[in-house]
Amino acid sequence: MKSSLIRCEDLSFGYDARRVVGDLNFSINQGDYLAIVGENGSGKTTLLKGLLNLIKPLSGQVIMGQGLEYKNIGYLPQQSQVQRGFPASVKEVVLSGCLNRTAFIPRYSKQDRRRAKNQMERMGILKLSQSSYRDLSGGQQQRVLLARALCAADRMMIMDEPASGLDPLVSHELYALIRELNKEDNMTIIIVSHDIHCVLRDASHVLHLKGEQLFYGSREDYIDSEYSHYLLAGHTECVVAEN
Amino acid sequence: MPNFIVDFFKYDFLIRALLVGLTVSLSASLLGVSLVLKRYSMIGDGLSHVGFGSLAIATALGASPMIVTLPVVILAAFLLLRISESGKIRGDAAIAMISTGSMAAGVLFISVTSGVNTDIYNYMFGSILSMSESDVVLSLILSAIVLTLYSLFYHKIFAVTFDENFARATGVNAGAYNSLLAVLSAVTIVLGMRIMGALLISSLIIFPALTAMRLMKSFRSVTLTAAIISGLCFLIGLFSSYALALPTGATIVCVNILAFILFSAISFLKSNLTGKSVKQQP
Ligand SMILES: Nc1ncnc2c1ncn2[C@@H]1O[C@H](COP(=O)(O)OP(=O)(O)O)[C@@H](O)[C@H]1O
Ligand SMILES: [Mg+2]
Repeated sequence: MKSSLIRCEDLSFGYDARRVVGDLNFSINQGDYLAIVGENGSGKTTLLKGLLNLIKPLSGQVIMGQGLEYKNIGYLPQQSQVQRGFPASVKEVVLSGCLNRTAFIPRYSKQDRRRAKNQMERMGILKLSQSSYRDLSGGQQQRVLLARALCAADRMMIMDEPASGLDPLVSHELYALIRELNKEDNMTIIIVSHDIHCVLRDASHVLHLKGEQLFYGSREDYIDSEYSHYLLAGHTECVVAEN
Repeated sequence: MPNFIVDFFKYDFLIRALLVGLTVSLSASLLGVSLVLKRYSMIGDGLSHVGFGSLAIATALGASPMIVTLPVVILAAFLLLRISESGKIRGDAAIAMISTGSMAAGVLFISVTSGVNTDIYNYMFGSILSMSESDVVLSLILSAIVLTLYSLFYHKIFAVTFDENFARATGVNAGAYNSLLAVLSAVTIVLGMRIMGALLISSLIIFPALTAMRLMKSFRSVTLTAAIISGLCFLIGLFSSYALALPTGATIVCVNILAFILFSAISFLKSNLTGKSVKQQP
């Protein structure tokens, strides 16, 4: 059997032995675009943390293959997890995304600085590079964290509700950018999103959670399944209730 | 130059205190930025109390205070770090238990063996007379190591301080850097508590960082400003305590408080005059 980029077998995660999400069996291949959907509290963030080895599985394991390493992955955490009021300039935050490429004793090379600048330009925050992260609006902060994740990613982007705090136009552009990363750069995408276009147009695969794996399969199968009604019916509500 | 400063340099013990105090102030302020932002200030405070207990016991047993205290406090640093990281609700209470427990053990030990004396007072509130020549050499070497390690790993220390999850997710060994911070803090506290006293040393860690954060916007500028503030406050405090015959540690803390008030006032004026609010770290 051909090895996958990430394979999950009978995986479950939780906190202090309390199971939050379980019965996970799926695999992700190079170039996949996996959308993870589910109500609030269904364990989406917990699963992403588990995939990134930030929390240990209660059972089962995450098997990484094809030479994938953590330093190949860019991660956009759910915004509430980053400290508010932290004194750091936008440039410092974005550059820190390049750390996974530096040597044991870290120094930023010219390439790193250029990469950080390009990603800031891409996210439209180059003018803010000397501003303090704590003085920015929620949407601007989100773009800073996205630029940081883009600096870190060379094979995979893992994003937890990337469009939260962005206005519709910017979030539209963001999904276009993610699509481009996936199609042109063959970047593997794992994204938690309630955006109906993202899930039903861009994704190659869908994982629907509710404390366990309700559905995993291709987008086409998902659209045909009963589970996609959740997304269609609750569409407006979900976009508002993102957290 | 005022006469008292000229006189100052006639005394070897004062020069020793100056050298050690200045390097320790710099180390403490740099580490302090990360400790405060990571909400680890309690660890600094806890370590100084453990340091007191261990200094007192070492003295009572006639052992070399520094050689005994350094490893004890480094071990305590790992322990307190684990307690903080485990995120258990009663982590802060556990730290308070350990720190008051060590204080009590130290006081009991010294009063049983040699009776309450100036040693206890000096360990609590510091003394610039306490440094021997070998202490000074050890202190300078260790401070140099602290400053070097901090500057070498500065970028990773920033990443782990700003967003530990992201750093870990992208392959930075955050646990190792937390341990590095804990060990460097332990060393700095042991070195500094001889001059500042166990009850006051953690102010060297906390004050300069909080003061710098009132005005500075980037991590680099906060770090550099904290170091400068810390060094200046130490010098002003040391000279004025000498000139006015005041206790050194307490004077230095008061100068730090004045600096904090000054920076807060400037930040307040700035935000009111420009109409733009400078958001502040709690
Ligand atoms: N750090 C934590 N400690 C304990 N329980 C948590 C923690 N984080 C999340 N939970 C619980 O795990 C469940 C799933 O949360 P989460 O993965 O954040 O859901 P989602 O991202 O789908 O909204 C929730 O019931 C939440 O209360
Ligand atoms: Mg979530």
